[in-house]
Amino acid sequence: MKDGLHILELEIAQRGRVLVSLDLKIAPGEIVTIMGPSGSGKSTLLSALIGALAPEFEMRGHVLLNGIDITDLSTRQRRIGLLFQDDTLFPHLSVGANLAFALPPTVRGKGARMARVERALLDAGLDGFSGRDPATLSGGQRARVSLMRTLIAEPNALLLDEPFSKLDADRRTHIRAFVVDRVRQRALPALLVTHDAEDARAVGGRILDPLGREISL
Amino acid sequence: MNRMISTAAAIALTASAGFAQTVDPSDWDAVLAEAKGQTVYWNAWGGDQRINDFIASVGAQMEAEYGVSLEHVKLSDTANAVTRVLSEKAAGQDQGGAIDLIWINGANFAAMKENELLFGPFAEQLPNWQYVDVEGKPAVINDFTNPTEGLESPWAMAQLVFEYDTARLSEPPRSVAALAEWAANNPGRFTYPQPPDYLGTTFLKQVLYGVIEDPSVLQMPVEAVDYDVTVAPLWDYLDGLTPNLWRSGAAYPQNEPRLGQLVADGEIDISFAFNPGRASAAIANFELPDTVRTFVFDQGTIGNASFVAIPYNAANQAGALVLANLLIDPEVQARAQDPAVLGFQTVLNMDALPTEDRARFDALELGVATLSPADLGSALLEPHASWMTRIQQDWITRYGVGQ
Amino acid sequence: MNRGRPLRFAPLLTILLLIGPVGAGVLGTLAPAFGYLPALGGVSVTLDPWRDLMAWQGLWPAAWLSISTGIGATVISLIISTLIVAAWQGTRVFAFVMRALSPLLSVPHAAAAFGLAFLIAPSGWISRALSPHITGWERPPDILITQDPMGLSMMAALVVKEVPFLLLMTMAALGQTDSLRMRMSAQVLGYGRVWGWLLAVFPRVYPQIRLPIYAVLAYSMSVVDVALILGPTRPPTLSVQVLTWMSDPDLSLRFQAAAGAVLQLGLVLAALFAWRSAERVVARLGCGIAMRGHRGAGGDAASRGVALSLAMICAGAVLFGLGALTVWSFAGLWQFPDLLPQQLSLRVWMAQSGNLAAATKDTVIIGVAATGIALLLVIACLEAEYRHGLRTSGRALLLLYIPLIVPQVAFLPGLSIFAILTGVDGGIAAVIMAHAVFVLPYVFLSLADPWRAWDQRLGLAAQTLGAGAERVLWGVRLPMLLRPVLTAAAVGFAVSVGQYLPTLLIGAGRIETLTTEAVALASGGNRRLIGMYALLQMVTPLAAFTVAILVPSLIYRNRRGLSVSV
Repeated sequence: MKDGLHILELEIAQRGRVLVSLDLKIAPGEIVTIMGPSGSGKSTLLSALIGALAPEFEMRGHVLLNGIDITDLSTRQRRIGLLFQDDTLFPHLSVGANLAFALPPTVRGKGARMARVERALLDAGLDGFSGRDPATLSGGQRARVSLMRTLIAEPNALLLDEPFSKLDADRRTHIRAFVVDRVRQRALPALLVTHDAEDARAVGGRILDPLGREISL
Repeated sequence: MNRMISTAAAIALTASAGFAQTVDPSDWDAVLAEAKGQTVYWNAWGGDQRINDFIASVGAQMEAEYGVSLEHVKLSDTANAVTRVLSEKAAGQDQGGAIDLIWINGANFAAMKENELLFGPFAEQLPNWQYVDVEGKPAVINDFTNPTEGLESPWAMAQLVFEYDTARLSEPPRSVAALAEWAANNPGRFTYPQPPDYLGTTFLKQVLYGVIEDPSVLQMPVEAVDYDVTVAPLWDYLDGLTPNLWRSGAAYPQNEPRLGQLVADGEIDISFAFNPGRASAAIANFELPDTVRTFVFDQGTIGNASFVAIPYNAANQAGALVLANLLIDPEVQARAQDPAVLGFQTVLNMDALPTEDRARFDALELGVATLSPADLGSALLEPHASWMTRIQQDWITRYGVGQ
Repeated sequence: MNRGRPLRFAPLLTILLLIGPVGAGVLGTLAPAFGYLPALGGVSVTLDPWRDLMAWQGLWPAAWLSISTGIGATVISLIISTLIVAAWQGTRVFAFVMRALSPLLSVPHAAAAFGLAFLIAPSGWISRALSPHITGWERPPDILITQDPMGLSMMAALVVKEVPFLLLMTMAALGQTDSLRMRMSAQVLGYGRVWGWLLAVFPRVYPQIRLPIYAVLAYSMSVVDVALILGPTRPPTLSVQVLTWMSDPDLSLRFQAAAGAVLQLGLVLAALFAWRSAERVVARLGCGIAMRGHRGAGGDAASRGVALSLAMICAGAVLFGLGALTVWSFAGLWQFPDLLPQQLSLRVWMAQSGNLAAATKDTVIIGVAATGIALLLVIACLEAEYRHGLRTSGRALLLLYIPLIVPQVAFLPGLSIFAILTGVDGGIAAVIMAHAVFVLPYVFLSLADPWRAWDQRLGLAAQTLGAGAERVLWGVRLPMLLRPVLTAAAVGFAVSVGQYLPTLLIGAGRIETLTTEAVALASGGNRRLIGMYALLQMVTPLAAFTVAILVPSLIYRNRRGLSVSV
């Protein structure tokens, strides 16, 4: 049942100050953008959605993913993919091993797993990169590997934490299109967090601030 | 925690009262049978490599002949082993103790005997006891005048000998008085290990023999004589000698090997050891030049015996008995007397030995720096153990705290 | 998450391991100090042991010796290590100095002391090098150098060993402060390099190296092996005298020995308290001086020269000392004033090969096992801290230092009674546990910072990819931290190799390691054997450090993201 990501009357406060207040439904394949200056509670929202909110925050409300209440599940049980601002490729693993780390254990057999990894790399235009040291890749290549690693884990939703902010202008357009493309293709509900108006405009879709107010650019 | 301590104390008190020995030394076949497969932990001073090697060779022999293995627990001080047995008694461990055999004599033996920390009597039941020279070497049953009562078995005789390098010193001083005179003419070239070190205290007793009028009082406990008057000449002698010592007596070597190192380094000219064969063995090991020779005082030097004893709670008493017996085996004794091995004097009576065993001793060469038995002369008897303790204490008060 | 629950108990277990043995041991020493030791007939509480202790004329000189050498060695070590960092930090010379001094950390104190003793004795290597051509000495002169009444030679041995330790601790602390920038801002204001560092950086660094300094102070005041080798004997230091009483055939002296051990503990605590008070005074004086604004730029050249010379003397003393001992292990006859032996031979090595192999084997087994236990507990503690959001307070850190601060002579004899009571003594397992007590603090101190500095977002990333806490630990964090984990293990292993009293007392003398063999032989003063064992004592931990450097480099030779960035 692909029902999308449902953020139900979610309110996050710190020492009484409300940082986040959202009531929002993201359909499969839709990208919603949360925009605001740094410190406005964007990252707090992402932490809450993946279940890693620091104890000093108070949270009310629920998060439903494809109709299931995931509010009390642990991070790994939620199956929500997260693309970080800086890439978080594991430096001790090769590019291929990074992807294999994320591939669910239900894909059995070395051959089958390797085939999946190779297919993902091919999809990202990085065929033949499986044995490479992540530290030797360019910024754009690393961003693509990061996205493929997130997607190969077969998430039910995707969170994007300013994933384009560190890229130079050329690559930025390219990678952005690459990401939007994959989200639509896999019909994932996606939430983009950014302070950059251009990013927000480029992905299309609704734009809100952390308190749920529509922003028009 | 407090309760644990008092519980332990209670165990220690009750257990030490009612403990019975399990091995009967007079039934030797049973001893051998029980010993087979045991590992004997022999706690023996480990500061001399030649002794360590000798102990290892005895261990190999015991393994081959009796199926008993030997572990040499190398002590830096025999008293550590006494401490160990004491700690075990404190903790109520009256069986299965960690130490099976201790190389011991003098005050350590006296302390263990007095505190009933020893197994036995066993020595006179050992099969090889028949060869021990009880008549000719009374020290084998009198440890610093303390009757051994079969609680320890002798395995080596030792005698104080002085060492000097003929390349630096042509004619050594052969009496206590001559030594002081020589030191006055050659300041900084003589010293002795700092009491309470065993050898250092032995030197003090040797001086005592040389400066008091009637040495026979030394065989009595100090309480039986007018101690202050008797030892006054010793302190007079040391007061005169100390300024002429190495480092003017501001520092002393800690023990016999450190003293030996000083003579090897050329820092001092005359040293001494409690082993007539040490110098020859050291020359063979390139530790001393081959110009070193030994001498004794004209009036003789102090001699005593080394023993082994078994703690009351030893885990491997049968194995320990086998080892004590092997140590007075004629073949092992001959090996110990070989200057190339140890150069220790035997405790056995040559006349009691079978011909082939006596031949082993006859075949031994003395070694370049070792005196013949005739040159060694008769050993002076160790004073009563109370002299050692008392002189140590007084020496520390007078010279040991830098006042 | 459920599987992580036992981790919650890791900190408690660790504290028990650290405090339990020390507490039990101190109790086992306190009881006889007040006359309670039933096995020797002491069943009532009395002050007699203290009266006997006070009656010994050597008491106050011995106590003073412990205080003066301990504080002296600590002050000098601190000054030298601080001066080196202040004068040279961030330069190529500094990298060289660190490379020269770091290996000295793995040299056991006893080995360093022996080497130094042979270097500086009147018949030693320096004297031989100058004789007879320069000095005219055909015979060693009768000069008091080692075993001097003030304990200067003993202090020197402590200093050459503690300077590398404090240097390393200072460097670790500097990693957490913006030291280079602070020194630079001081220099921009016209302050000299050294003076600026002392005024601007040192006050920030000191609080972080305070506990290591306390450990050095406590150790220097109560050290036994170095004092036996180089210390005075008339009287000796208090801890040596306590050991002498403990090993006296007159068993009644045990009570007096226990009282002496308690006094030693009291002296250490008093010295720590005095040091703490002195810190405040120095800080206030320092503030006053800083306010006056003297730039101190003129002293730089001189300070840098002095610092470098002192560093080289420290490194040289240990390295040449060990070199000399190595030569001794191959020496035939070697008389004064020959610079080298007349003959060289492998005789001692051949004769000892069996013993050496056995002792090395036990040393390695104990070291690896004790380090393994310590590593397991430390990682469990750090992981519990991470997963459950626990914090390590300053007080908890103090607990970590307790085994390093309470003098060994004050609790190990008491502990051995407890070990016998519980029936765990004499075996290799008990020795391993005893070693773990001393290994654990060092493993914790060297692993905690890199562990906490790990980028936690990588853990979060792994979790969003479906990895549980265990998979994050074993699949991401540990592999990434392989280098610091192995380095911490090597440090722990080196600490284990150097342990003497715990091995001897808890092992009932049955466990023979390179160190127990070396100290037993030390009583015999045979330089050839001491040289051999000292060499192996140094090589064994060095091998561990080599593994710690080579293995990660080999595994991650194609992983630029994990290369060392020093």
